[in-house]
Amino acid sequence: MERIGVFLCWCGANIASTVDVHQVVEWLRDVNGVAHAENYMYMCSDPGQELIKKAIREKNLTNVVVASCSPRMHEKTFRKAASLEGMNPYMVEIANVREQCSWVHQGDKDAATRKAFNIIMSTISKAKANNPLETIRVPITRRALVVGGGVAGMTAALELAEAGYYTALVERDDTLGGKMRRLSRTFPYHEDASAVIAPKIEELKANDNIKLYLRSDVTEVSGYVGNFQVTIETRPTEGEDGAPEVVTEEVGGIVLATGYDLYPVAAMSEYGGGKVPDVIDGLEFEELLKESLATGAPVKRPSDGKEVESVVFIQCSGSRDPEHHKPYCSRVCCLYTNKQATLLTQQNPGAKALISYMDIRTDCKLTEEYCQGNIEEKGLVYIRGRVSRLYREGDAVRVWTADTLTGEKLEIDADLVVLAMAIEPSVGAEQISKMFRAAVDTNGFLQESHIKLRPVESSTMGVYLAGAAQYPKDITDSVSQALATASKIQSMFASDELHQDPLVALVNPEVCAACGLCVPICPYGAREVDERARFSRVNEALCQGCGACVAICPNKACMLKNDTPMQVLNQIHTFLGKEEPAQ
Amino acid sequence: MAEPAKTNENFEPRIVAFLCHWCTYTGADLAGTTRQQYPPNVRVVHLMCSGAIDVVYVLKALMDGADGVLIGGCHPGDCHYQSGNFKARRRVSILNKVLEQFGIPRDRVWLRWISASEGRKFAETIREITATVKDMGPAEFKAEWDV
Ligand SMILES: Cc1cc2nc3c(=O)[nH]c(=O)nc-3n(C[C@H](O)[C@H](O)[C@H](O)COP(=O)(O)OP(=O)(O)OC[C@H]3O[C@@H](n4cnc5c(N)ncnc54)[C@H](O)[C@@H]3O)c2cc1C
Ligand code: SF4
Ligand code: SF4
Ligand code: SF4
Ligand code: FES
Repeated sequence: MERIGVFLCWCGANIASTVDVHQVVEWLRDVNGVAHAENYMYMCSDPGQELIKKAIREKNLTNVVVASCSPRMHEKTFRKAASLEGMNPYMVEIANVREQCSWVHQGDKDAATRKAFNIIMSTISKAKANNPLETIRVPITRRALVVGGGVAGMTAALELAEAGYYTALVERDDTLGGKMRRLSRTFPYHEDASAVIAPKIEELKANDNIKLYLRSDVTEVSGYVGNFQVTIETRPTEGEDGAPEVVTEEVGGIVLATGYDLYPVAAMSEYGGGKVPDVIDGLEFEELLKESLATGAPVKRPSDGKEVESVVFIQCSGSRDPEHHKPYCSRVCCLYTNKQATLLTQQNPGAKALISYMDIRTDCKLTEEYCQGNIEEKGLVYIRGRVSRLYREGDAVRVWTADTLTGEKLEIDADLVVLAMAIEPSVGAEQISKMFRAAVDTNGFLQESHIKLRPVESSTMGVYLAGAAQYPKDITDSVSQALATASKIQSMFASDELHQDPLVALVNPEVCAACGLCVPICPYGAREVDERARFSRVNEALCQGCGACVAICPNKACMLKNDTPMQVLNQIHTFLGKEEPAQ
Repeated sequence: MAEPAKTNENFEPRIVAFLCHWCTYTGADLAGTTRQQYPPNVRVVHLMCSGAIDVVYVLKALMDGADGVLIGGCHPGDCHYQSGNFKARRRVSILNKVLEQFGIPRDRVWLRWISASEGRKFAETIREITATVKDMGPAEFKAEWDV
């Protein structure tokens, strides 16, 4: 038989002025199973906690119910106090009689008093069926894996290696640096992109904690947070034959930094579908600029090497067009287009730069000042409107557009057209998502676990997201996010084992029919049907206790610990005032 | 024009609210912190996620005498467990269809997205469901079970 102690807090006047705390305690003293009931001015204070400990000690309580503020405030406080007295902390429950009772029914003391009692009774019905639980402890392998060797992946790997952790970096190309290798200068300070990234590459190669896997792909992933097994296949260098080398790494934390690719020009039928010569994408133009900057020679167009005198840049190519292409804004193209036009006028003095745009978005640091300054100093011409058509006309690319600000129709002949193509998830992002069980959003970018509060965590615990793989980003933001992933992993590695709330799912193997419905519904891959034993298992290290499997199970074979369907039904029953709670 | 006489003037409906931990339960707390006032007719059952709502819980509440049921979850896209709220939406829409066939009108079981910052919306929702259910009178289910 349980011996329940109920402790009703006045919270000064916060509860006591609306709830008749003496009346409630009087009622409680008559309740079956309640061995102790009292009220006190501030239960969370030291003397308040002392009252709880004393009652546990002297009355040999089996459960404690504290009727006070929301469990979100002091559940931990009271559980800790009880555990100091030897009671299992999960035998303590909180009845929320402040936020959800006294504060919201201030004019109605009678109703609030009855409601408070009712809430306490329902909490008692739940507490009675609680079981003592132990924190789940999961050992941690203090080694990390980073997939993608662009600026984001390199940053994360270096940070982890410098903190002393062995880090495997998997890059499918035979060089590091990602897209930065193809860039000319970076906005807003026109730094040489290669000069920025090259020392980082050297640092990385020189770091003993880093194991570099170039020309490599991840082919298989198993395990869970703190304990992943990742199979990596390395292709032989070009020209050499031989079988790929296969290695399995054991790691505790993972960063996915697989970056982006550009939406292909071929997908833009309205812009010639990649068949019109001298219509190129932004990265191809970066390479032309890079060469020009390196040699000092002017920028020449690809088809015939003619020195370019006029260039039309088309922003939002494939972006912000939900009907035909991508619905989202690619974020960096406004900025790099302005940069490219500026560098063009510097390398080819006298050349005309015309930019077709919808809006100019400058949401990165210093970029508003940067873009405005360039427009004024370099005489960049911005024309607002969508280009309707472009085609080859003699020696030039003819561009049809309309200036929506003046209403004027325009026909422009250019030596070169640069399309600021939409940024999309890199080729293969889908397989990465499947292997690592990291969900993607509707556009295929790897999805954060909460857009505001958990922006670098994937849907799988222990797997983090950095750089443009998650959403289009400039270098600054990619690096910040990479550093965030490294510190998330370091804080995990700071302890020997992961401690997890034991409020997870539990299966009754006798009742489970091994129907498998709970497997796909689990957002964390925590369920697996054991085909031999014929029942569904819960991986406690993965389970987050959401209860989705409990609701779907047709046989009522699974439940959440200390929040079983029976406990929920008993709460409902108590609320609705039937004398005898269901058993 | 005269208002039609209210027949349910003295009827105090009983409402059970199933609230997800991360959004609506927290929103209900915020309603308290900001001293929003609402009728005391509601009782809250805490769930980790709206996706944990079992049809059996709703039926149990109705059979035990609830006149209205509210299920509160995070806004689409905000569920702490990715998509529990969509699971809840599917389940509640099926449940409401079934209930309708048993003569229980749709308006007795509500599903609402209320975020952790929408304390005011929580209070408004409770006022609204209490008023609506009060107008509807005691639940048909309960009436049948009482005879
Ligand atoms: C034309 C253009 C100009 C730009 N100019 C600027 C600028 O001036 N300033 C600025 O701040 N930003 C600029 N950017 C944005 C910049 O390119 C990105 O911010 C940056 O490259 C993002 O880095 P990342 O590491 O996330 O991705 P990436 O650079 O794309 O690197 C990803 C890496 O992962 C590898 N990879 C992908 N998939 C796998 C896989 N499955 N397995 C193993 N490896 C994989 C790739 O090979 C690549 O090496 C520009 C972008 C464009 C398109
Ligand atoms: S960043 Fe600028 S060019 Fe790129 S999609 Fe957004 S608005 Fe268009
Ligand atoms: S849904 Fe229920 S019965 Fe089916 S496998 Fe899962 S636990 Fe077993
Ligand atoms: S409670 Fe949620 S996370 Fe845990 S096993 Fe069930 S569905 Fe998966
Ligand atoms: S956590 Fe709020 S609906 Fe899932």
